[in-house]
Amino acid sequence: MLSFIGRRILIAIPTILLISVFVFVLQKLLPGDPVLALAGEDRNPEILAFLREKYRLNDPLYVQYFHWIGNALQGDLGISLRTQQPVLTLIGQKLPVTIQLAVMALIIAVVIGVPAGIISAYKKGTWIDWLANIVALSGLSVPNFWLGIMMILLVSVKLGWLPASGYQPLMDDPLQSIKVMLMPAFVLGTGLAATLMRHTRSAMLGVLKSDYVRTARAKGLGEMSVVVKHALRNALVPIVTVVTLLFGELLAGAVLTEQIFTIPGFGKLIVDAVFNRDYAVVQGIVLCTAIAFIAMNILADALYRVLNPRMRNS
Amino acid sequence: MSTAADIPPADLPPADLPPADVLPPRRKNRVWAQLRANPSALFGATIVAFFVIIALLAPVLPIPGPAETDWGAVRKAPSAAHILGTDEIGRDVLSRMIWGAQASLLAGVVSVAIALGLGIPLGVIAGYRGGWTDAIISRITEALLAAPFLILAIALAAFLGPSLRNAMIAIGLSAMPIFIRLARGQTLQVLTEGYIESARAIGLTHLAILWRYILPNIFPPLLVQATLTIATAIIAEASLSFLGLGQQPPAPSWGSMLNTAKAFLEQAPWMAMWPGIAIFLVVLGFNLLGDGLRDALDPRET
Amino acid sequence: MSFKRTLALTAALLLGATWAQAADLKIGLAEDPDVLDPDQSRTFVGRIVYASLCDKLVDITPGLEIVPMLATAWTWSEDGKTLTMDLREGVTFHDGEPFNAEAVAFNINRSQTLEESRRKSEVASIASTKVVDDNTIEITLANPDATLIAQFADRAGMMVSPKAAAAAGADFGNAPVCSGPFMFKERVQQDRIVLEKFPGYWNADAINFDSVTFLPITDGTVRLANVRAGDVHLIERLSATDVASVKADGSLALDQAVSLGYQGITVNVANGDRAQTPIGQDARVRRALSLAIDREVMNQVVFDGVMAAGNQPYPPTSPWYNSAIPVPARDVEAAKALLAEAGAEGVSVEIQTSTDPVGLQLLQVVQSMALEAGINVSIVAKEFATQLSEQTAGAYMTSQIGWSGRVDPDGNIHQFMTCEGGINDSKYCNPEVDDLLNGARTSNDVAERKANYDAALAILAEDMPIIYLYHQTWLWAMTTKLDGFVAYPDGMIRLQGVSLSE
Repeated sequence: MLSFIGRRILIAIPTILLISVFVFVLQKLLPGDPVLALAGEDRNPEILAFLREKYRLNDPLYVQYFHWIGNALQGDLGISLRTQQPVLTLIGQKLPVTIQLAVMALIIAVVIGVPAGIISAYKKGTWIDWLANIVALSGLSVPNFWLGIMMILLVSVKLGWLPASGYQPLMDDPLQSIKVMLMPAFVLGTGLAATLMRHTRSAMLGVLKSDYVRTARAKGLGEMSVVVKHALRNALVPIVTVVTLLFGELLAGAVLTEQIFTIPGFGKLIVDAVFNRDYAVVQGIVLCTAIAFIAMNILADALYRVLNPRMRNS
Repeated sequence: MSTAADIPPADLPPADLPPADVLPPRRKNRVWAQLRANPSALFGATIVAFFVIIALLAPVLPIPGPAETDWGAVRKAPSAAHILGTDEIGRDVLSRMIWGAQASLLAGVVSVAIALGLGIPLGVIAGYRGGWTDAIISRITEALLAAPFLILAIALAAFLGPSLRNAMIAIGLSAMPIFIRLARGQTLQVLTEGYIESARAIGLTHLAILWRYILPNIFPPLLVQATLTIATAIIAEASLSFLGLGQQPPAPSWGSMLNTAKAFLEQAPWMAMWPGIAIFLVVLGFNLLGDGLRDALDPRET
Repeated sequence: MSFKRTLALTAALLLGATWAQAADLKIGLAEDPDVLDPDQSRTFVGRIVYASLCDKLVDITPGLEIVPMLATAWTWSEDGKTLTMDLREGVTFHDGEPFNAEAVAFNINRSQTLEESRRKSEVASIASTKVVDDNTIEITLANPDATLIAQFADRAGMMVSPKAAAAAGADFGNAPVCSGPFMFKERVQQDRIVLEKFPGYWNADAINFDSVTFLPITDGTVRLANVRAGDVHLIERLSATDVASVKADGSLALDQAVSLGYQGITVNVANGDRAQTPIGQDARVRRALSLAIDREVMNQVVFDGVMAAGNQPYPPTSPWYNSAIPVPARDVEAAKALLAEAGAEGVSVEIQTSTDPVGLQLLQVVQSMALEAGINVSIVAKEFATQLSEQTAGAYMTSQIGWSGRVDPDGNIHQFMTCEGGINDSKYCNPEVDDLLNGARTSNDVAERKANYDAALAILAEDMPIIYLYHQTWLWAMTTKLDGFVAYPDGMIRLQGVSLSE
């Protein structure tokens, strides 16, 4: 097991390096002088020249890259051009926010998606199955950001039930924190619920057909017990795997949702950074999300192996 | 999965025919029959067809021009004169919806065409050649896949400059890695089939093998993925436009209409409602269609 | 200790509920401020935070008069080259360091010499400073500079603690130490900036909050929803189109002030090859475009009539406005005649703008109006960062851009219209205008300055390198429980005298 994880991590290293090169080059290609964006209204050439020098923007691209990666390997991701805060500090500030959003969205998705998938598989071919499928696909098809602004309009502006934006650290005031995050988590969760429902359905279909379940039924166990205790337990393997993968995607995927609800997480940080040409921030966040994404992939594979003993020997 | 292929006999001169028993069975009619029997897929196809027809007919429909302004009717609620209301500078929202359908559908189709056009060759080459070629292409694909899709698209769109064309390129490039991976995987699977061995044995060139055996056999899953990706791409275009990186005014697209509308949510909620509903419907249509295609092409599920 | 606490508690009880509820004021900002170092920062929104964090040498009144703040009085020498300022006694910085003439000298020196300083041009006229005594400083100028006092009413006049600044260097913005009514507590980028009451503030009686929290909420609708729901008490830059709904809401109050700045279309007249266009080379085409635009209708359509139509670098409400050149009415025939005279019928004009929806909306109105006069306007949206760099590099035909405005008229016109002006992106150059604008800088006589500006504006109205369109109106929405808020044309939020009631 350990050697499996070790091997996967080794393979991941060149991938991560490649991402860093790619993002580095891409953002250097972006039109627009970061220093000019920095200079704001008063564009004094003397200061511009100084800042270019200070942030090493005059160096050849590869020199800039090696300088950056060298520091990054020592744990220094540079500072935000815009606010001069260290990128690592920013990541430390934003990570809990995005993780909270992702976890809440996942919980919502699991609560909706898994039961819907089970029922749909159990009632395969009936109108319930069909309805569940249409609802799931609708969840996948609705643009998140549109759902977001519509919910703000309805729930916050018209009804005044939930705050329209913001963030409250979980530790400071757990209830308020969850309340603030509920709407964005729901918006994010709808799409995931759909994905999860479809995976659950197909996993359950496979299990329900198996000899194992047939035996359980033959033993005269109640339907509820058969479905929940026996079938679901076996279907959990792929479901857990999918959830893990989704979590990785979520860390990176909450971009627009955070933008709409003004949640100070990764997504908002990176979009603003791209627009402000805040190179170090873009670079640091992409690196971080890519690592998280890959880590989740490895974790998913590892979980799959742990939960599914047949895989271990292969 | 790869057995669900459809090789038109006309493409195969008799001399090149591999032994009959390794030829995958024809499934064209079966696929079509299944698709027709699937109400969800038909429903999806109908939605898509509806929007395509409307978009094509935009120039001949009896609607005001999408850029015709009326200072006296700014942000007016739906009425007899403007069934869907007017927008922030007094243009007819229905007209802009219809013209916007062109941009949004085009964005979906063109960006997926870009993704396919680049992704398939790269994936097939990686799978077919193996070795270093495969290693390099695969690593790059993995790296691209690990970078968040929308972030990649945003950065590319920002790099290319905000416009519909550039948004399509950005989305296409960002969607490409999925197709590389899929095409590579499918190619590897097809390579294990006996008929490739046979084709090699009778001395066909690589190009001929790729063209006659591999491409047609990897096509069905790619088609399914492409249909589903059109749905994703339409949402991606809307997202980019929503951030100001897509279609630029005065030309309409649903995403850019939403971008403008978000400033007038309270005063003119209809401005945000219609484009959102349209995006939802057309994306749902493509998703249903894609699902139907998958079911029809993959014999295991049914 | 415990006795003191009891006293404080009793006092709190006596003051009653008001005191308890006035604890934290939450303000919704339209953007996230940049670095919080007065010498390095560059955004408008950052200045809103400074209004609570850093006191300045002088302040302004809503009527734009300069009034004492940290400096209590000042006198100019006869030749206009020496400024002597009396400083407020008993003022301390947040770290307990005393504010005195030494500190002022340190701050001016920092603005001039810190390599990252964005204030250099603002204090460029200062040749030397002399500490006369603890509470008197003498500032000697290389040449008379009428704009200097107004600079001291802004970031160049903000005093930071010399000790903290020396220790932190260019990183000062991560933990700024000033002498304002509130002290820096914490900042989470894009989320919040929290300031705590500074007990040692010289004007502490005017401050009724224990802390103030600034929350950047970029979306206008969401910002409004927040103040409506009571999650914040006050928001700045309410959308013009939301004014009606705020007025209709009994729990919200609205305040407004026409800004000091302007919005317009900058034309590339001599900045590289892209200036070689009909509109770049022929002022008649520019005047035709200006005449083709109905500024009032534009204001009505885009802003529900809330902004102020304009045609000069400062709004018609400004004492510096040249009333001999009023905002022109739309005249399509005159525009056509000008185009015919210039031989430019059917001319094409490309206007670049940022991807901001309001700017795009504005330009679409311009586009549609210009078409009726026979001018084909095409709109090219760029990201703001790109727009800026292309504008500086001359890679544009015309560009829709604005200026947030300065207290002194010089700040709105000199750097844009003089040949060597730092932000002169149109590269307009007219020696006559240079003389007038430079002359206005060196005189401390208001009437004389006004005459210079009037003359310069008359020339600029003919040459029209910038087609001024309108002046933003700062809009604040707040809970009706908030008392004592005063709208200032500089768009700042001053918390002196503001309180929350129940």
